[in-house]
Amino acid sequence: MLKIENLHVSVEGKEILNGINLEIGAGEVHAIMGPNGSGKSTLSYILAGREGYDITEGRVLFNGKDLLDMSVEERAWAGVFLAFQYPVEVPGVSNIYFLKAALNGIRKHEGLSELDAMDFITRVKGKMKDLDMDEKFLYRAVNEGFSGGEKKRNEILQMSVLEPSLCLLDETDSGLDIDALQIVAEGVNRLRDPNRSFVLITHYQRLLDYIKPDYVHVLAHGKVVKSGGPELALELEKHGYAWVEEKLAS
Amino acid sequence: MAASNENLKNMIGQEYKDGFVTDIESDSFPPGLSEDVIRAISAKKDEPEFLLEWRLEAYRHWLTMKHPEWAFVEFPKIDFQEISYYSAPKSMEDGPKSLDEVDPELISTYNKLGIPLEEQMRLAGVAVDAVFDSVSVATTFKDKLYEAGVIFCSFSEAVKEHPELIKQYLGTVVSQYDNFYAALNAAVFSDGSFVYIPKGVRCPMELSTYFRINAANTGQFERTLIIADEGSHVSYLEGCTAPMRDENQLHAAVVELVILKDAEIKYSTVQNWYPGDENGVGGIYNFVTKRAECREENAKVSWTQVETGSAITWKYPSVVLKGDNSIGEFYSVALTNNYQQADTGTKMIHYGKNTSSTIISKGISAGHGQNTYRGLVKMGRNAENARNYTQCDSLLMGDQCGAHTFPYIETKNPSATLEHEASTSKISEDQLFYCMQRGISAEDAVSMIVNGFCKEVFKELPMEFAVEAQALLGISLEGSVG
Ligand SMILES: Nc1ncnc2c1ncn2[C@@H]1O[C@H](COP(=O)(O)OP(=O)(O)OP(=O)(O)O)[C@@H](O)[C@H]1O
Ligand SMILES: [Mg+2]
Repeated sequence: MLKIENLHVSVEGKEILNGINLEIGAGEVHAIMGPNGSGKSTLSYILAGREGYDITEGRVLFNGKDLLDMSVEERAWAGVFLAFQYPVEVPGVSNIYFLKAALNGIRKHEGLSELDAMDFITRVKGKMKDLDMDEKFLYRAVNEGFSGGEKKRNEILQMSVLEPSLCLLDETDSGLDIDALQIVAEGVNRLRDPNRSFVLITHYQRLLDYIKPDYVHVLAHGKVVKSGGPELALELEKHGYAWVEEKLAS
Repeated sequence: MAASNENLKNMIGQEYKDGFVTDIESDSFPPGLSEDVIRAISAKKDEPEFLLEWRLEAYRHWLTMKHPEWAFVEFPKIDFQEISYYSAPKSMEDGPKSLDEVDPELISTYNKLGIPLEEQMRLAGVAVDAVFDSVSVATTFKDKLYEAGVIFCSFSEAVKEHPELIKQYLGTVVSQYDNFYAALNAAVFSDGSFVYIPKGVRCPMELSTYFRINAANTGQFERTLIIADEGSHVSYLEGCTAPMRDENQLHAAVVELVILKDAEIKYSTVQNWYPGDENGVGGIYNFVTKRAECREENAKVSWTQVETGSAITWKYPSVVLKGDNSIGEFYSVALTNNYQQADTGTKMIHYGKNTSSTIISKGISAGHGQNTYRGLVKMGRNAENARNYTQCDSLLMGDQCGAHTFPYIETKNPSATLEHEASTSKISEDQLFYCMQRGISAEDAVSMIVNGFCKEVFKELPMEFAVEAQALLGISLEGSVG
């Protein structure tokens, strides 16, 4: 599904990602962990197509196509979804209007007609129920005045409604209380599908207790320094990142 | 982020959609302004003597006035002798006719603009007065309104049919000496709309006037007078368009609203005069005096304006709050793109006790646009417990444009309260990225964010207008730099 080859990225001459290699197959769940500032969010932004970075080397293939050559919307239409570490507020635009514009944008691209109002609202309300979200959120402006946890839950709602094929979750677990974490994790698990892949960026094992990853990668200084199975996360939890660095040095 | 600006730049500039010219034979005065021209206009309209005198007084006063220079707008000096002060389709020579007799060319012009005038196609629930250059060509639903006691007709017709109302109210809110352009208008105005809502009547439908400038080298000087008698209620809409021409054209209108005890007027404008091209060539100079007087207690007036057109917009729909407990509101969206300039705002003049006013102004600047909010809130000596709330928000798109705010406050009564909030923001790249990441195109994302910014104003517009205003905003922003 996704193949990242020797990806180098810098901002204003400073290299942030230096040679990332990663392959993610259909239906797989990959967790990416790593210290603050190691480049995890940057990687997710690059995949989603945010402007302002220099991609100096490497390439990314998404279902065989050159992802880096596509515009932000084209990537979204092709099924790339990023749950933001810091979801953005859009004042004056209601959540429901936003969701509808997004869904219809994608449907239009797939050659489908706009979902009629009834079908749309039924679909959205069903997903909200699954995520234990109050329907009043539909009529509030996108993320405006939402608490940290509410914003994160709203990202998962959008993901559930849009049904992308590549889901990038950047620290969706941070800021969630214990119950919310479980609800969100269930939401993600419900979406698991042989044709859908997940990249979970997280600092905590806790999330991975609920969503079992197939692979765990450690990112440090803009590089994948270690990859392994779910047990790698447990070891990290036990020893901290210094342990990886030591092992690398030795 | 530079590359995202690229996205915005690439949004294809869409042409001004109402820029066509109607090919019709017109009867136009040669350019020039003099007492003779004013007499000729008055004669064309078969006016009573008092009105001609009123015009001439205005003209003589105007000759002594200096062109005002205080607005934050720039344009070459206007030569008032180069303008033609009267132009009407030949077919309208014998005054307003029944709709069946109106030149089909005119009907099709309004059809193209989305304003059907024919019986079978009329907008349900909206009565329309269609003003073409200097004359009103048709007013729909006149009879039905008359049954309810509502008078809705062209100004010329009102002068003939209801001279006593004209005599009683004309110039009582905006006098013929009020300011340079109001005096000019008083001297040469040719037509406009007239509305009278009698005591206790809730106008059974929305009233609207659609202004169209067609002829070249003419100015449009219309005059609107609306009177809401005790306990009455009316919602009035106004729309404006003009062909694309390389020369600037002057539109200097006066609108007077009189609101009596317990009455209410809701006045909405969607102004889409031709704004000029992307290099700032051509476009309408929209210099307008609009004022409402809440003459008696519990009167209420609300101005809502969406200003997307015109090369220059220079106007301050104002409210004089004389009656105790009267209420004035001003909701405005002004957008300037390319080389457009807008200096707009309001004046809320509180004289009565417990009067209250609300000002919500949203300015959007893109391209090289200059957008100025200028407002005055005045609390008179007797304005016991008067209140004002003002909120001015500016949204900047790009770094070539400008937003300016000049709020003036004068207060002579210590019990009055004033609140002012202001903000300036840029359309954020993060917001754009977020929307686009969800599959919303750059163009739709910009228009969505801008519409969100204007929401508090749009919700004041009648339904049909709100939809039009949102679409208009999208079109006006296309080709703008983020
Ligand atoms: N636009 C930018 N300009 C300058 N430096 C940047 C920019 N974007 C990212 N960086 C730097 O790149 C590094 C990686 O940032 P990134 O946000 O990707 O880290 P992260 O791994 O997501 O960290 P965290 O765990 O704290 O979320 C940081 O040192 C950050 O300061
Ligand atoms: Mg991060």
